[in-house]
Amino acid sequence: MSIEAHSLYKKFGAYTALDGVDLNVPQGKLVAVLGPSGSGKTTLLRIIAGLEFADPGSGRVLFHGDDVTDLPAGKRRVGFVFQHYALFRHMSVFENVAFGLRVRRRRDRPSREAIAERAHRLLELVQLDGLAGRFPSQLSGGERQRVALARALAVEPKVLLLDEPFGALDARVRKDLRRWLRRFHDEIQLTTIFVTHDQEEALEIADEVVIMNKAHVEQVGTPQQVYDRPASPFVYQFLGNVNVLRAPALAGARRRGGPAEDPNTEGQIYVRPHDIEVSPHDAGGSGLSAIVRHIHAAGPHARLLLEQVQTREQVEVEISRSELADLDLGVNDLVRLRLRQSHSFDEDYAI
Amino acid sequence: MASAIATALPARPGHAPTPRANRDPAWARWLLTAVALAFLAFFLVLPIVVVFAQAFAKGGAYFLAAVREPDALAAIRLTLLTVAIVVPANVVFGVAAAWAISKFKFTGKSLLTTLIDLPFAVSPVIAGLIYVLIFGAQGWFGPWLIAHNIRVIFAVPGIVLATTFVTFPFVARELIPLMQAQGTDEEYSAVTLGASGWQTFWRVTLPNIRWGLFYGVILCNARAMGEFGAVSVVSGHIRGETNTMPLHVEILYNEYNIAGAFAVASLLALLALATLVVKSAVEWRQTGSA
Repeated sequence: MSIEAHSLYKKFGAYTALDGVDLNVPQGKLVAVLGPSGSGKTTLLRIIAGLEFADPGSGRVLFHGDDVTDLPAGKRRVGFVFQHYALFRHMSVFENVAFGLRVRRRRDRPSREAIAERAHRLLELVQLDGLAGRFPSQLSGGERQRVALARALAVEPKVLLLDEPFGALDARVRKDLRRWLRRFHDEIQLTTIFVTHDQEEALEIADEVVIMNKAHVEQVGTPQQVYDRPASPFVYQFLGNVNVLRAPALAGARRRGGPAEDPNTEGQIYVRPHDIEVSPHDAGGSGLSAIVRHIHAAGPHARLLLEQVQTREQVEVEISRSELADLDLGVNDLVRLRLRQSHSFDEDYAI
Repeated sequence: MASAIATALPARPGHAPTPRANRDPAWARWLLTAVALAFLAFFLVLPIVVVFAQAFAKGGAYFLAAVREPDALAAIRLTLLTVAIVVPANVVFGVAAAWAISKFKFTGKSLLTTLIDLPFAVSPVIAGLIYVLIFGAQGWFGPWLIAHNIRVIFAVPGIVLATTFVTFPFVARELIPLMQAQGTDEEYSAVTLGASGWQTFWRVTLPNIRWGLFYGVILCNARAMGEFGAVSVVSGHIRGETNTMPLHVEILYNEYNIAGAFAVASLLALLALATLVVKSAVEWRQTGSA
């Protein structure tokens, strides 16, 4: 079931949460809506779920081509998982999962046995079958989140919507659970949108990433597309570390082949720390002279903090530890920098 | 008002001793404890003991006679009738108001919150007078009510109205903080799972607030039985007809029928004590399951 949203607008008083947002999620994909807090991503998800309604007169929400804009949440057949789980605290895990089936009208309601069987099968699916009798307060965060997922799946939703599903978990559980979610999605093949502010999470597991900022969609693309070819300075800075350098200083340091480049551009150059090549300082060579100010070698990569000789701008560079060993660098050494890949944007493009 | 505070105060559970208190010298701790206990004994325990002692001062037979006298029985019946109307009405109102205030955004919300507190701020006597001014013979609706032969003031409806006014914050006040703390995510979850508004209320919201609600009902009940000031203004003190238990106690006392007054008062005190016991049981149950 595909999900489409066309030009959605939403205001809360003076605050604009969505300012003409479009979204297109193809059947069976796992799509991440990524953005800083306050970018409107959760509002978008809640409008798709029917928990919130777009401003009157603004766009439509379509599920598989059918207009669901005016349908209430209960009729949309969506599975929604909340950041803080929102499990029914007075019900056991089993009762939580069975809830969606129990509240159906008598003629649509499965038999007691069928409900029990389905609930247990879902708990098996999320690997929690042994905990059916527990109460939410007796579970860990990761377990609660999986119960919430099983509960959402019990009503056989056509789409799955996850609001910061791992936001309340600690780093380690979060990593495990997001890989688990990816595998799980590959198994059940349900069109899924999840909202997150964690770029690592989005880039790691999503088929497609929708990047939002200030009530707008900034860019849509596969994780590689958005990382390698950011459409705006915001996306560049939001997805990983970046050096922002003044352009003229770097005219001689750029290599050919970088996308969207114009050597005469006045303005700023965006370059990722790992896209900078460091070589020993040779007189007359091309590139940019810089002085090593700090070497941070603990971790998988070595990070160098350098200062450009010409402009005194700070540059962060990431190189492998073996490269660092080959260069045999010390603090206050002079080196040359060359940019393997960089971007420039029009100066008037506000970040 | 004072009775509400008195019943609410000793109830708050779980005072963990602070490190600083532990370091106070032993004599200071003993002294403070002794002062507190002496104060409680003198102002709370002693009066209750006196009530029961006075009630039985002329023997059990006199006690029974005072309680079974027709006017006393009428007062008991009227009090129970009032409670039977007021408490359910306030439960419905309190749950509805708390639900609206804690789960929805709407204009006039802070006004509603303030209005709920109004009966706490207004003296019960004034609360009674308001109804006299509105429904009394010289009041706004007085002539119309007389023309249609409806009695509000100096009759049961007035007593019910005055008691409702005085007791209506109890349930709502108990529920609002609880429901605000619980938030709306569980209700939204239920809705996305296909539950109707009614199902969401009965299966999710109500079970989550049941102990808070029960607690509010108990407080509301205690106050409804004991209310004196507002009821006194609207009742008219007609013996056997519009006297509630507190009013009956006062009349007996004013007639120097001390033993009779205390006999009826002891029934009220007994009801209050039973309420306290139930309330403690609820709290014990709450902390046990939390």
